[in-house]
Amino acid sequence: MPIVVEHLTHVYMPGSPFESLALDDVSFEIQDGEFVGLIGHTGSGKSTLVQHLNGLLKPTKGRIVVDDIEITSESKVPKRLRQHVGLVFQYPEHQLFEETVYQDIAFGPRNLNLPEDEVERRVREAMALVGLDFEAVKDRSPFEISGGQRRRVAIAGVLAMEPRILILDEPTAGLDPRGRDEILGQIKNLHAQRGMTIILVSHSMEDIARLVDRIIVMNRGRIALMGKPEEVFSHVDELHAMGLGIPQITHVMRGLKARGMDVPDNIYTVEQAVKVILERVRGKKK
Amino acid sequence: MIKDITIGQFFPGQSPIHKLDPRVKIILTFVFIVIIFFAKTYLGYALIFAYIALAMWLSEVPIRYILRGLKPLLFIIVLTFFINVFFTPGNKVLFQVWVLKFTQEGLRQGVFMALRLILLVIGTSLLTLTTSPISLTDGIERLLQPLQVVRFPAHELAMMMTIALRFIPTLLEETDKIMKAQMARGADFESGNLFQRAKALVPLLVPLFISAFRRADELAMAMESRCYRGGKNRTRMKVLKAARRDYLAVAVTLLLVVGILLDSYVL
Amino acid sequence: MEPIIRLQDVQFEYLSFEGEEIAALNGVTLDIQKGEFVVIIGHNGSGKSTLAKHLNALLRPSSGVVWIKGMDTRDEDKLWEIRQTAGMVFQNPDNQLVATVVEEDVAFGPENLGLPPEEIQRRVAEALKAVGMQEYAQAAPHYLSGGQKQRVAIAGILAMKPEIIVLDEPTAMLDPVGRREVMETVKYLNKHEGITVVHITHYMEEAVDADRVIVMEQGKIVLQGTPQEVFSQVEVLKEIGLDVPQVTELAYRLRAEGLDVPLNVLKVEEMVDAICRL
Repeated sequence: MPIVVEHLTHVYMPGSPFESLALDDVSFEIQDGEFVGLIGHTGSGKSTLVQHLNGLLKPTKGRIVVDDIEITSESKVPKRLRQHVGLVFQYPEHQLFEETVYQDIAFGPRNLNLPEDEVERRVREAMALVGLDFEAVKDRSPFEISGGQRRRVAIAGVLAMEPRILILDEPTAGLDPRGRDEILGQIKNLHAQRGMTIILVSHSMEDIARLVDRIIVMNRGRIALMGKPEEVFSHVDELHAMGLGIPQITHVMRGLKARGMDVPDNIYTVEQAVKVILERVRGKKK
Repeated sequence: MIKDITIGQFFPGQSPIHKLDPRVKIILTFVFIVIIFFAKTYLGYALIFAYIALAMWLSEVPIRYILRGLKPLLFIIVLTFFINVFFTPGNKVLFQVWVLKFTQEGLRQGVFMALRLILLVIGTSLLTLTTSPISLTDGIERLLQPLQVVRFPAHELAMMMTIALRFIPTLLEETDKIMKAQMARGADFESGNLFQRAKALVPLLVPLFISAFRRADELAMAMESRCYRGGKNRTRMKVLKAARRDYLAVAVTLLLVVGILLDSYVL
Repeated sequence: MEPIIRLQDVQFEYLSFEGEEIAALNGVTLDIQKGEFVVIIGHNGSGKSTLAKHLNALLRPSSGVVWIKGMDTRDEDKLWEIRQTAGMVFQNPDNQLVATVVEEDVAFGPENLGLPPEEIQRRVAEALKAVGMQEYAQAAPHYLSGGQKQRVAIAGILAMKPEIIVLDEPTAMLDPVGRREVMETVKYLNKHEGITVVHITHYMEEAVDADRVIVMEQGKIVLQGTPQEVFSQVEVLKEIGLDVPQVTELAYRLRAEGLDVPLNVLKVEEMVDAICRL
């Protein structure tokens, strides 16, 4: 079943001098198996939004429905919501605390009171999903492995809950290009092979453009733009006004179009651009 | 958000009390606390009340903020009152309930002790309400500076206080984040008995300590790269200079001291 | 002219968790001229941060020599002068601000230098102005955005009047707006204040405007030159696991398809021109 968000409003510290409106009448739906990118600069409300989706925050107004669970301002959040919706925070490696990688990944499943053999099965599987070698890493301390590996352990800790919906807040922040490509590749697999619904929060237009089916752009607590990447990236001026950019390659195509070349302006990956340019250039020569 | 929680209870303002030199304010608060214990007559207490009322009025801090500090101590104040009432020896029995005698001396002693506590709390609250943490730290450092001759680590102490103040909001925010992250993995911080709850804190405290150590390490490196080498040869951007209002405050306080001493020991 | 930074065959080893000796720097020789804007790229563990810490005498070479403005970093007597000459900005904006008020933090360095109060006040005001943070002089750091905090950190270094600023991945934890703020500040300081900049990053876009790009891998310099020269080595960069700007990537793939586009294009306009010429 899809995720439904209706007229979601969230006010931080209401009635205090620090009162602030973080989300303002946000409504959208996410279908099963979708891969959605959530963009917006810091303070746009995107972190507040994703925390609602697994019940860490409750709406001030409006409602959220995930599967058959409805969350309103009055609801008590059932534990199984957190199990359905996995949330990977920014710099998730900062939450590691156990003595071994195995123990840390097992923390979630154990909170579900699962039998030990099921816990182990889940730990093995989660580690495989993020490309960690079970035998080689399971007994090591999470504090003596590399930064990229630590991050993957943290993500595995969430995957071991076996969520159907996975939300990742800036999963590549601070990683170098190689670490970034590895993590993004694994996320892509979770979507393609496991059919997980994925919500990827990112600042990087290039990453988002490469991966997602649909983009939601947040600005000042509201949804500013929503649609397929090519639709969203055609609103260059609006994105710019919100402090967001578009992929460099989209700029190139727009430049070509301005110079009179007949190219579509909804190109946002290098692969697409190569194809179109080759067609045009070879067509011209014939 | 969690980082907005105010530290201490500083009430920002531009009143004459706010603008007093922090060193002067700290010393005067000490003098005030000491003098409270020298007052022995109703007149003496009246003088002290007049003094603190003047300071409260000048500070422009709403009275409820000042009195808020009394709330958690109310029980102790009431207890002190009754202990003094019942355990002060005296002859002039006003009335008696069972073995408990209400004497005039006891009542007087009880009232005075309660008043002392109340004045003590109001006096110190006024100091922290009108002095920002940073100028408080600054004042303490400079007052303790002479003690450096006997190797008292005045500068180090002040630096520690400053860094603590700087990082409390950061660590609060981090606590909130880690707590949420563990909750997303099914951790439960809210239910269970005391033992279970204490155990549930491990996934919160371990990462918090690790992060605090990492921050301390990085901060130390950053400070070193900015040529920090302790308090030696260090100067300060802001020079504290006593102004006319500081001398005035000292003079008024001296008057109070003389008044109380005269009232208690001479008259 | 004597280069302001000189590294001669610098080696640096440290002991790992398992107790084995790891060479973080493995024979680095490098000259940087006064006023240069140098960007060092490389992935995590390539030695670039270790290199940065050598420029501020936070680390000293196991063998080889580092000279900062002619001063040998192994010379204990010159330690504070070296640190004042080569200021350093770190990755985590939170963990390098000391004071609870912005201007007090900027004053921290000059206070450590033992300058008279009036001079400190003047420098703090100037430094905050140079990074465009003068309006926030009285603000508490925890209310600032990441980009603003980094600008305060830069101001804190500027107030010590350094000749070199070394930035160790100052943008890694920032959002795009913050990154832009920091990069504009750094470029301004290089152009208008003549400060030598050594900027460490793994965002390739940040290297495009540099005078020189240095690529590190396994404690060694593997490539260096102008951004055009370095980024045209697409294969080498890819092999190391580094990005090239999307435009360069496009040029590279078009060439692979047999089109005659130059490889040393880095900017959108240049690429558009190149394609239109086909």
